Amino acid sequence: MSTEATIPTGTIEEVEGVTPDALREQMLKGLPSKTLRKRAKQIVSNDPETPPEIGANSRTIPGIITQRGCTYAGCRGVVIGPIHDILHITHGPVGCGYYSWMTRRNLARVPEGQTNYMQYCMTTDMQEDHIVFGGEKRLAEAIREAYRLFKPKAISVYATCPVGLIGDDIHTVCRLAKEELGINVFGFSCEGYKGVSQSAGHHIANNGVFKHMIGLDDTPNDAKYKINILGEYNIGGDAWAIDELLKKCGISILATLSGGVSYDEIINCHQADLNVVMCHRSINYMAEMMETKFGIPWFKVNFIGADSTAKSLRKIAKYFDDKELIDRVEEVIAAELAVLRPIQAEIKAKHQGKKAAIFVGGSRAHHYQDLFGDIGIETVSAGYEFAHRDDYEGRDVLPNIKVDADSRNIEELDVEPDEARFRPRISPEAKQKLIDAGFAFSDYLGMMREMKKRALVIDDISHHELEHLIKTWKPDIIGSGIKDKFIIEKMGVPCKQLHSYDYGGPYASFAGAINFYKEIDRMLSTKVWSYVVPPWVKDRKAAAPEAPAEEQKAA
Amino acid sequence: MLDLATPTISERSALKINPAKTCQPIGAMYAALGIHSCMPHSHGSQGCCAYHRSHLTRHFKEPVAATTSSFTEGASVFGGMANLQQALINIFSIYNPEVVAVHTTCLSEVIGDDIPTIIKKAREEGKIPEGKTVIHANTPSFVGSNVTGYSNMCVGIVNYLAEKSGESTEAINIFPGWLDPSDMRELKRLAEELGVKYTLCPDTSDVLDLPQTGVYEMYPKGGTPVEAIKRMGDAIKTVALGEFTAHAAAQKLNDKCGVPFEALDAPIGLTNTDLYIDALRRIAEVDVPASIDAERGRLLDVIQDIGQYFHEVPVAIFGDPDHVVAMTRFAIELGLKPKYIFSGATGRAFENRVHAILDGRFPDAIVKQQGDLFELHERIKADPVKLILGNTYGKHIGRAENIPLVRFGFPILDRVGHRLFPTVGYRGAMHLVEKISDALLDQRDRTCPEEWFELVQ
Repeated sequence: MSTEATIPTGTIEEVEGVTPDALREQMLKGLPSKTLRKRAKQIVSNDPETPPEIGANSRTIPGIITQRGCTYAGCRGVVIGPIHDILHITHGPVGCGYYSWMTRRNLARVPEGQTNYMQYCMTTDMQEDHIVFGGEKRLAEAIREAYRLFKPKAISVYATCPVGLIGDDIHTVCRLAKEELGINVFGFSCEGYKGVSQSAGHHIANNGVFKHMIGLDDTPNDAKYKINILGEYNIGGDAWAIDELLKKCGISILATLSGGVSYDEIINCHQADLNVVMCHRSINYMAEMMETKFGIPWFKVNFIGADSTAKSLRKIAKYFDDKELIDRVEEVIAAELAVLRPIQAEIKAKHQGKKAAIFVGGSRAHHYQDLFGDIGIETVSAGYEFAHRDDYEGRDVLPNIKVDADSRNIEELDVEPDEARFRPRISPEAKQKLIDAGFAFSDYLGMMREMKKRALVIDDISHHELEHLIKTWKPDIIGSGIKDKFIIEKMGVPCKQLHSYDYGGPYASFAGAINFYKEIDRMLSTKVWSYVVPPWVKDRKAAAPEAPAEEQKAA
Repeated sequence: MLDLATPTISERSALKINPAKTCQPIGAMYAALGIHSCMPHSHGSQGCCAYHRSHLTRHFKEPVAATTSSFTEGASVFGGMANLQQALINIFSIYNPEVVAVHTTCLSEVIGDDIPTIIKKAREEGKIPEGKTVIHANTPSFVGSNVTGYSNMCVGIVNYLAEKSGESTEAINIFPGWLDPSDMRELKRLAEELGVKYTLCPDTSDVLDLPQTGVYEMYPKGGTPVEAIKRMGDAIKTVALGEFTAHAAAQKLNDKCGVPFEALDAPIGLTNTDLYIDALRRIAEVDVPASIDAERGRLLDVIQDIGQYFHEVPVAIFGDPDHVVAMTRFAIELGLKPKYIFSGATGRAFENRVHAILDGRFPDAIVKQQGDLFELHERIKADPVKLILGNTYGKHIGRAENIPLVRFGFPILDRVGHRLFPTVGYRGAMHLVEKISDALLDQRDRTCPEEWFELVQ
């Protein structure tokens, strides 16, 4: 285990008089046997000292109402979509392109002279005859038309389910288009049926970005402390908030993969001296490949939560081992915390001891525990939508993860050091010295080591389990996504969307943390829930207090 | 903001930019939610189901439960029978609906899964509990659009469930087409005001417009019950409201059970509502009550009062075909000048229908099936309009060109009114008159020279 772990103390014995084990039993009771066997592995009671094995990144059980999406969504929607000046073409029937059009809140500020293709949905809108006779010609023509009209610097093509099945060779179409048009054109075989969730799409996207973009522009960058932020998608402006904070410290971000970022920044970002990883799940592949090829070390950071942000800044400063930077970072942290602490204290006093549950993503269910913790709210249950075992149990579990058929289908790139461009950013001695002092490179502790003993960890939570959790443990607030939000709120519990932030944010960095504290305070203090039962209900002769729904209907 | 569009209309044969439609399955999912105690099931990759649930949720701001067969690469190669059978076991054991309504996706269509055979086999093997119902519709994403999927599921509902016993219910069937719950509620209110016995199917009111009670019900009280759908075959007549989302189901019911139908447009606006009311009263042989005359009169009164601000205002109308067809007629009634009438729907039927409504009075109007919003933007740049009527996807054009957008149709992802107020019936028309006049007058108040900025209008 990493030397950086701080094991939380205390045990969640019971919530609302029900132990975690009893709640788990309740969730599993009555499930069909095959479903029960599988879900039993995916719902575990935590042990931060030695995280138990959790079933993760396994096939979704048909019919259980999952939160999960598909490989296409993970590739086009999450990782590549935020690159605003690439022209994105979805090859397939109209739906996939349509639904991934401006629905994720990866915001972009577009400098003068660049184009924001994110406001456009470009698709080949395949019809029946293209399915029957093949869609390659149509794709080639669509690329030509896109180039003729808009002259983009790069075009990216995404395959949807039927494209894979009918055997359209999008990569050859892209290669030929690249030769014909003289711009960068590349494709992603991210058909929705690949893998078991969005996660496969992240991997495919990482591979494509690495193959087709990283390292294309060797223009030197002479900034002093040059880093990339990996796995940050600028939802609600998070990347901008991080950018602003690091600028105050004198640290330059060459590229944020992928949020508020341009093609030119990405093709030059191998000039950085460090990669820091926010969302380990979606981008650890890129961090590894860039280290192997160019010698850029990586480590995990978290700018969600005040203490986590301070810790991450200090870690970056320590890596560069420069007194000027270390002092500057301390000054910035002190100044930011001077503003934050009084607000945090005031809100914490109101909500200390409340309970949260978080079911989202592949890192947010972990990161947001820090933010809730900042204001005294404990996360009693959490789980990811599409993470792997290492995101729960820590990266040291990697050698023990059995690679199943679904994961084996996703290409692993064979990366070698680039002879001309490989350059160790830190000497082996200096690196060893840091490691000896407890500094963790290329590591991720996982969610479980930072949750209390016996907290309930639930992978790919199903609707059924969520209902049990709410009815039995009665969390005060739940962090989840759009598909669950109104189910949860119909049950009288506020739900903060942690994919879209309910159109608020940013929540990263110190400034973002303040936004979050205030937002959660608003959600927990709103009077709306107190009005649910009309004033006359108590006097109604035929009152049935346990069923307010029926009473309202009768009214 | 959308700075790629120019006043030149680009020639494209393969590249669709900013489509004014989406794919079939979301329509099937929405229609299925209008059956009481029904779980829509998406037979394909789980991403389809996730996208459709997300989008419906964003529009309605309500829980949208639906399940998926969660295909992986193996299922895509060997077929999705095992996935669907396992899904049915799980759905009935865990969520216990009365009906599961399966729709296909491009994936399961391409591999050619035979859904009726899978359902039959599941039933034979006891995977579908006694008394429970499984229906299906084929909704390939590469044919038609979201409205086709809605229509196909409505046909599927009739196909599987409607029966003819020979004993008349004395009721009128109403196929509402793709409308919001607030609209369905208004259709029912009008039928009740007339004193007409009816069955509305599908019916998403009290499913996707639920009150906040602190209690979540997966199957709320709304939705057309299966028993009621079965008896649709014994109705005296059907009224189908929308060529693209309602007529096919009415035709199917006629073919299957011999129930004749009247094919109308969605009752948006004065004339379309007149036709709805008139059809119901003729079929049921009832007098229209004075209360409805009064509603109609109030609508007419407000149109007359405010009509000067609508006169010859050029307008772009886009969205799903039944919405656009009905709205075009209403726009003409208001005195607006339809200029661009776009739908993403495929087929000449849309253009023919709109031309019939325009009746040669607007020779410059451009009517387009398979249109996309990029072309609409190009045309607006070339020759502007003063008002856009369409769904939320028009907001970028509205901002780029400084043209007010009045939201109607599907989806509306950024406002709340559609959940509360209908667009159908005289009341719906009043609501639209208010929205359109507010938008035009607000724009005028914001932009006119100060000497023309007036208190009274």
